[in-house]
Amino acid sequence: MSRTRGVLALLVLCALGVAAVGATAATAKKSAPTKLTVWVGWSARELSVFKKVAAEYDKSHPNVTVDVLGSINDDKIVAAIRAGNAPDVASSFNSYDVGIYCGTGGWIDLSSKLKSSGIPLSTFPAATNYYTQFGGKKCALPLLADTYGLYYNKDLFRTAGISGPPKTIAELTADAKKLTKFNPDGSIKVLGFDPFIGFYENTPERWVTAWGAKWLDSSNKAILAKQPGWSNWMTWLKSYVNWVGYNKLVKFQAGLGDEFSASNAFEVGKIAMNYDGEWRVAFIQAEHPKLNYGTSPMPVANPKLYGSGYINGTIIGIPKNGKHEAEAWDLVKYLTTNTHALAELSNGLRNVPSTQKSLTSPELTPDAHFATFLKIFGNKYSSTSPITAAGVSYTNAVQNFATKWQAGKVSNLGSGLSKLDGQLDAMVKQAGGGGVP
Amino acid sequence: MSPWLVGFSVFFGYPLVMSAYLSFNHYDLLSSPRWVGLANYRYLFTVDPQVWTAIKNTLWLIAVMVPLQVVFAYGIAMLLARAKSGVGFLRTIFYLPALAPPVAATLGFVFILNPATGPVNTILSHLGIQGPLWFQDPAWSKPSLTLLGLWGVGNTMVIFLAAVLDVPRHLYESAELDGAGPLQRLRWVTLPTTSPVILFAVILGVIQGLQYFTQAYVAAGVASGQASQAGDVTAGTLGYPLDSTLVYPVLLFQHGFTDFQMGYASAMAMLLLAVSFAVISIILVNSRKWVHYGGAAR
Repeated sequence: MSRTRGVLALLVLCALGVAAVGATAATAKKSAPTKLTVWVGWSARELSVFKKVAAEYDKSHPNVTVDVLGSINDDKIVAAIRAGNAPDVASSFNSYDVGIYCGTGGWIDLSSKLKSSGIPLSTFPAATNYYTQFGGKKCALPLLADTYGLYYNKDLFRTAGISGPPKTIAELTADAKKLTKFNPDGSIKVLGFDPFIGFYENTPERWVTAWGAKWLDSSNKAILAKQPGWSNWMTWLKSYVNWVGYNKLVKFQAGLGDEFSASNAFEVGKIAMNYDGEWRVAFIQAEHPKLNYGTSPMPVANPKLYGSGYINGTIIGIPKNGKHEAEAWDLVKYLTTNTHALAELSNGLRNVPSTQKSLTSPELTPDAHFATFLKIFGNKYSSTSPITAAGVSYTNAVQNFATKWQAGKVSNLGSGLSKLDGQLDAMVKQAGGGGVP
Repeated sequence: MSPWLVGFSVFFGYPLVMSAYLSFNHYDLLSSPRWVGLANYRYLFTVDPQVWTAIKNTLWLIAVMVPLQVVFAYGIAMLLARAKSGVGFLRTIFYLPALAPPVAATLGFVFILNPATGPVNTILSHLGIQGPLWFQDPAWSKPSLTLLGLWGVGNTMVIFLAAVLDVPRHLYESAELDGAGPLQRLRWVTLPTTSPVILFAVILGVIQGLQYFTQAYVAAGVASGQASQAGDVTAGTLGYPLDSTLVYPVLLFQHGFTDFQMGYASAMAMLLLAVSFAVISIILVNSRKWVHYGGAAR
């Protein structure tokens, strides 16, 4: 009997052992994490902020490991998609290229995933919804938004006897002239304001919002020549550049530090007022925390537009032919809709959180400088630039025209804008594969 | 199949045929090519507002920079061939710039020619001269690139030096006996004897001029102050300032890899191929008048 018991006990032990080994193996198989590659445009300090949030997701999702690669641009994303080794999740600073990603199917349409996840489009503000779709496809989601406003140096304002930030273009011009100081040889010592197109964040699309100018008519044809806002902005720009002196400005700019460095001209007091994105708040905090400055909406040509600004932002999507689409979607969903994640990113990057809910998250660190941009983001007149099949080349063509204009290389603004309208329409048609209109 | 044929087919034949095919297609790199006939060529010749600017800039470089490079390299080679002492040192000094990577060399030139902080303009200002804006001025950007090109002529210079040193001494002695001075010896002995090498340098220079890219691309990005951002929209700064450095290959790159219009970029590439073929053919036909191969067959 005891022998039989012994055999039975041995069998039970063996069975338990087999079960234990099987269970361990099953657990190991179940927990083998999927490696998700994520490409983003951020670098240096900003990249570490993103990595921190990605690590939080990583920690709470044992089924995946998130591998983040920074300093990515659209060339690399497109090349990787073509080569068949695209990341599981891609992010771009360049929402202008949504027309290309959606139009070509390079990034998958997320409409059905949003629907099945119960995420209505109203989760995101209207402007961000616009620049993350094209041609009926929602191939990207906003991953934080950017708004633009005026940074002004309070110490330089006090020295010049200016009490507060300008609200109109006329006030901006007058203040800028008051704040500008020249060296004895005539070169610029301190510039009141630099609206030069191509300098730092100055691009036409960010400027014309101050004039309320539109880009397209209802049939998506360019109407720059028909919108007085365009010619009024350019006329003001040329007049200001002429006042400073084109060559003086070019030489002055050549001696300024890189925009994204501690030598940024506004941060070191070389420029008294600057048109910049909300992220500058974090840069100043990190690089020149003692700088005495303020933020305000950009001055406008039409008083009713005061408080509004240009909106754009980082986009995120899932490149086609990804091997881990479900896991990638879960991460994208987390990054773009999780209020905690967005607040963390916003606090670290000082970008505008891009869902309605996260805009009022109690987790957002209060900051008077940054609050200005949250208000601009919520202003009903804030707008963005058109998304077309031509991608970024569309706005670049306008910038190209504006740089020629400010240099005095365009003799007739009206006919120049008319010609530009024709070129823009032709570009869109060519990008769509249709050739000459 | 010989290795040569494999290499030719893979690295030349197939890309050439595909470029020709894609030039008749709408191809955005991400979706399948779609046949559009001659639409890309029509856009190229009748609509693209930048293409003629790019062609003019490229022609400027070929007409000005390439001849200057050949003359400069030849001049240095002549001087080095006559040097009596420190020959090795001088050859090294003049050749050294050719070893600098084009990107690094361009960055260096943009730095030293910075109108506000660069050492060149600082020195000029101490002499009471207001220096130009160099890479920031459309009138000076191509001359600045030319200076960069002249600085890096080491490779051509070495080839010329070998050719000049290879001129038979007895030809000079005969010329001297006939009363030829230094200039006459250069005109009637050195130049004819080295003319095949000059032809080689001219053809190489023209081909490089037609494909000129790196220096123009880097100089525009750095001089515009927008080259440091990973996510920066590069097309906004290509050709800076005011399209003056927008050479044909840069525009081709912009359309192909920034605008993602590879079909159109292929049409541009086919035009470049045709122009290259035509220009080189003209030079070769014309060379019969001035290139001397001695007793050898051409």
